[in-house]
Amino acid sequence: MKLDTLLAALPLAFRKLNPRQMIHSPVMFTVLIGSIVCTAVSIQQLAIGSDSAVFSIIVTVWLWLTVLFGNLSEAIAEGRGKAQADSLRAARTSVMARRRTRALVPAGQAGAGRDSDGNTVYDEELVPGTDLEVGDIVICEAGDLIPSDGDVIEGLASVDESAITGESAPVIRESGGDRSSVTGGTMVLSDRIVIRITAASGKTFLDRMISLVEGATRQKTPNEIALNVLLASLTIVFVVAVMTLAPMANFASALPTPVVLVALLVCLIPTTIGALVPAIGIAGMDRLIQRNVLATSGRAVETAGDITTLLLDKTGTITYGNRRAVNFIAADGVNQQVLIETARLSSLADETPEGRSIVELALGDPGSKGAQDVTAQLTVDVDVIEFSAVTRMSGLNLPVGHPANSTSAVLEVRKGAASAVERYVKERGGFLPQELAEAVANISGTGGTPLLVATYNGERAQALGVIHLADVVKPGMKERFAELRAMGIKTIMITGDNKITAAAIAAEAGVDDFVAEATPEDKLAVIKAEQEAGRLVAMTGDGTNDAPALAAADVGVAMNSGTSAAKEAANMVDLDSDPTKLIDIVGIGKQLLITRGSLTTFSVANDVAKYFAIVPALFAATFPGLGLLNIMGLASPESAILSAVIFNALVIVALVPLALRGVKYRAVSAARALSRNLLIFGLGGVIAPFIGIKLIDLLVSLIPTIAQR
Amino acid sequence: MDLNVFSLATQLAVLIVVLAALHQPLGKYLANTFTSHKHLAVEHGLYKLSGVDAHADQHWKVYLRSLLAFSVVSIVLLFLAQLLQRFLPLNQGMGAVDPWVAMNTAVSFVTNTNWQTYVPETTLGFGIQMMLLAVQNFLSAAVGLAVVVALIRGLTRAQTSNLGNFWVDLARGTLRVLLPMAIVGAVVLIITGVIQNWGGTNIHTLVTGAQQTVPGGPVASQEAIKLLGTNGGGYFNANSAHPFENPTAFSSLFQVFLILVIPFSLPAMYGRMVGDKRQGYTVLTVMVAFWLASTIFMSWAIGAFNGSGTSVGEGFEQRLGVAPSALFATATTLTSTGAVNVAHDSLPPLAGGLAMLNMMLGEIAPGGVGSGLYGMLILAVVAVFIGGLMVGRTPEFLGKKIGAPQMKLVALYILVTPTLVLLGTAITVATPALAAAAPAEGPHGFSEILYAFTSAANNNGSAFGGITSSGPGLATMLALAMLIGRFLPIALVLALAGSLAKQRKIPATTGTLATHGPLFAVLLGGISLILTALTYFPALALGPAAEGLLK
Repeated sequence: MKLDTLLAALPLAFRKLNPRQMIHSPVMFTVLIGSIVCTAVSIQQLAIGSDSAVFSIIVTVWLWLTVLFGNLSEAIAEGRGKAQADSLRAARTSVMARRRTRALVPAGQAGAGRDSDGNTVYDEELVPGTDLEVGDIVICEAGDLIPSDGDVIEGLASVDESAITGESAPVIRESGGDRSSVTGGTMVLSDRIVIRITAASGKTFLDRMISLVEGATRQKTPNEIALNVLLASLTIVFVVAVMTLAPMANFASALPTPVVLVALLVCLIPTTIGALVPAIGIAGMDRLIQRNVLATSGRAVETAGDITTLLLDKTGTITYGNRRAVNFIAADGVNQQVLIETARLSSLADETPEGRSIVELALGDPGSKGAQDVTAQLTVDVDVIEFSAVTRMSGLNLPVGHPANSTSAVLEVRKGAASAVERYVKERGGFLPQELAEAVANISGTGGTPLLVATYNGERAQALGVIHLADVVKPGMKERFAELRAMGIKTIMITGDNKITAAAIAAEAGVDDFVAEATPEDKLAVIKAEQEAGRLVAMTGDGTNDAPALAAADVGVAMNSGTSAAKEAANMVDLDSDPTKLIDIVGIGKQLLITRGSLTTFSVANDVAKYFAIVPALFAATFPGLGLLNIMGLASPESAILSAVIFNALVIVALVPLALRGVKYRAVSAARALSRNLLIFGLGGVIAPFIGIKLIDLLVSLIPTIAQR
Repeated sequence: MDLNVFSLATQLAVLIVVLAALHQPLGKYLANTFTSHKHLAVEHGLYKLSGVDAHADQHWKVYLRSLLAFSVVSIVLLFLAQLLQRFLPLNQGMGAVDPWVAMNTAVSFVTNTNWQTYVPETTLGFGIQMMLLAVQNFLSAAVGLAVVVALIRGLTRAQTSNLGNFWVDLARGTLRVLLPMAIVGAVVLIITGVIQNWGGTNIHTLVTGAQQTVPGGPVASQEAIKLLGTNGGGYFNANSAHPFENPTAFSSLFQVFLILVIPFSLPAMYGRMVGDKRQGYTVLTVMVAFWLASTIFMSWAIGAFNGSGTSVGEGFEQRLGVAPSALFATATTLTSTGAVNVAHDSLPPLAGGLAMLNMMLGEIAPGGVGSGLYGMLILAVVAVFIGGLMVGRTPEFLGKKIGAPQMKLVALYILVTPTLVLLGTAITVATPALAAAAPAEGPHGFSEILYAFTSAANNNGSAFGGITSSGPGLATMLALAMLIGRFLPIALVLALAGSLAKQRKIPATTGTLATHGPLFAVLLGGISLILTALTYFPALALGPAAEGLLK
């Protein structure tokens, strides 16, 4: 951790000493009360010149430090978000908006109030962006900052959204469709758009982001509340145990000073986790924000950890958006390299992703290396045959003398839909070899798209072979799905493809289930069915028609490029519009919970050692036999108590980085995660304080007044 | 007396073999009893007579209200009967009981505590012993069974707040489970030599010419349910150290068996009722582990600190010796029984401390009839909460989410007993008039008080006998501890059951924390130890540890 972040957080840590804030954490509030009591006792002891004043003062100081360390962890976590919020706030500078007022002439009067193109003419007025209301219509032109969130209802513009996404490339926003939403604070770079405002001032996406990253609207999440209940009850148990200890010890004529009792109490209550709970929660949100995902609530992050079903769109999430060439199949008697070179030629002018993928595969294919010296480029004399919906083919006509044309006539090179090319070949005296017909059927049968490649040299057309186009599953997806399965998460692929294609991709990607020929209503139905069975569902979506499903899903992640209806319905927005991130989001949710659970375990397990430090120190003077419990061999009762208190405070500081970073999260089954964390934080939590307290004792016992026994 | 390791091992082995053979069949029988839809003819008659609608499925609040109403009526009845003993049949000439003692005794028997402020031989006749105390022995145990069954129903049911019918559960627990077992138990006890007569008080003339009065009575019939129902109220003041109640080493072992048999079979019932036997085995493993560890440590503590040689010290039964005493003392404090075959006051300090620790653990290993299992399941909820987080899920227990509402109930449950024990002890030691009831000097006197409140709040009923609890002050405080220690946790358990039943069931996946298997057992054991026992560490340090650890 950097020193300046620490220093920046310090003032906030002191401000958080306000009891009205402290009361939200019952554990730390108890420590605060204890510190105040000890301060009073120390002052009184100092006044009467008591021998134990030095000891009391040191304990008191460390108690205050315990409180401060707790506040500091929260302040550091909040500080991280603050920097981000400041940069966002800069984008929210007050903007003047061009608001459209009523039409000059009431609509309906023929000819009136229309410009030369027949469009209705409106009057405009300049108003501050903060005065805009939902439903207002504003106009933005190149160079304007968009005053508030809205939907484009007219026009198309390129918009710079870097203020929000950090992505410098401009995006296109246009009326209608799924790219109609614009965000306040972003800038129109070109053209002119008309926007209907969908968020009132102070409630825009940007405002929500700011308050989220600042933690201003941070409310305790359900699990945090439940954990606090447990921590509060542990605190009360120990308050009772320590308060009742006073009369009991008095009965044995071994009444400890209030300072010692407070020290015992503070060591026993779960201060470690109590101090770190807020920081863990803030850090969890922060991890999402760092990955450019905004959650509308901490609750959504928590729920992400519970997800048992992931609904994934095939396109863009599991596969690359487009079909790609994956194989060349040559006809009998046709040289494979000839086929590859011809296929490449046929696609040289084809700028579609499919066409480019053919060129890439041809060049990247080791088999084509031998043919590289004959690699021909487009020259001016080559006729480009564009794809058309009628011919369903594209290709080139190579003139005589072109390096790739060894014939003495114009060589026609074609590739296209199997049926179209088959007809092309047959009409020109050729035929479709049996093996190619089979290959075409095979590829179709497994969900791929077959393209036939043919040439015609003016005499007879020849079918050279087949290009296999397929949806290509992104690398590593199969492994990720296997991980998810190990974690008990079921994946369902949603696609508009037919069943055969969908089944093939599903098998290749290794998803557990798929829904083919899916409509947005199907998504909603799948979610409802899964939830009916008690499972929690996460999904991504961007279109307006995804909105009901996004709202129904337990975790709905909208793409920032999507419509405002989708963003409104979702409980998370991914600024990068990367649907694959859903998997990361689940991981972040789990990591948040794991961190909370592990530190709770550690905190509770710590108590064992503290008992062995403090209890013998309390009563060994009266009952020497209890000295046997001093298994750590601590130097004196004072040093024992002090060491426990110091350890208790320092362990908070030591764990702050872990709380902020999160416990290392691995995609493994629950049983393995538990055994690992139980070993590290449970067993480690029992052992660590024995070592820590002993080490501190060795140092503390160097203080003259503390050392004697 | 030195510990005879062979004797201990043999007796433990016999217990383990017999309990291992019985727990599954008995668990199955229990599960069938509480899930069957058929009523026995005698039950039909009872329902008709008392106007109970046996088909009504009760909301958890109604279930609780029925339970509380039944218990309040029982307490009042028991209290009045003692005051009016003079007018009741079979009173053997004994008159009204002191009202403070009567109040304490009424509460004690209805809460399954069976703390005995009274001296049975001189206070209560056959009539009250048989018709009221023995009946409460059955009913208070059946109430415990009903509560744990309701909790299990909360775990298994979905989208309802109803937990079954208290009256049906009470009747079945009594008539189908406890009564037949108690009859068999009584017969075996009679065979071992426990008396069962109407002999009243016999006067014998000894060879020396001195006259000795020896009271008799229907002991075996009451003895069986005293142990089976983890009640512990002895027919005689000396309890199971009395030769008429516990004549031989065999009867002593059999009594330990009776104490343990139902509590150790409840996990099997639980496993069957939730449809996953492994759940039951895991809970059972934790219980057995605590029981074995405690028994062995108890034997060691008694053997090592009780002087060497052939005779055990004051307060021990010479007939029995170390191993049977240790077995009995462990079983009685790890369950809510409180019957004794050795004066716990006379246990060496560390052994006495262990007896307290056993109770402080919350009597969960295996615990009282019903109360042991529901106590353990509450701790399992805490274990699930912490463990569930550690695997990256918000916690769920058998498909039910453990959220803030559930944790509130569990947190309160955990608070109840330590607060009662520590507060009661603190008030007593801070009040000289009350503290005077414990005459022993120094830490031992403190132990007597701590033991009394530990025993009362945990509904155990055994005592460090040196303490006199018949005065108004202690009798009232202990009665309060018993009442709150019994019914507040029950109310919380039923509320929890209601909130669990309301939820739908979440199917388990590999990402779900498994609540079975060694890993969870370790977690559950660790949490039980840290959350319950450690709370008392400072208090124990002032009592048994201060007395027992010598430099």
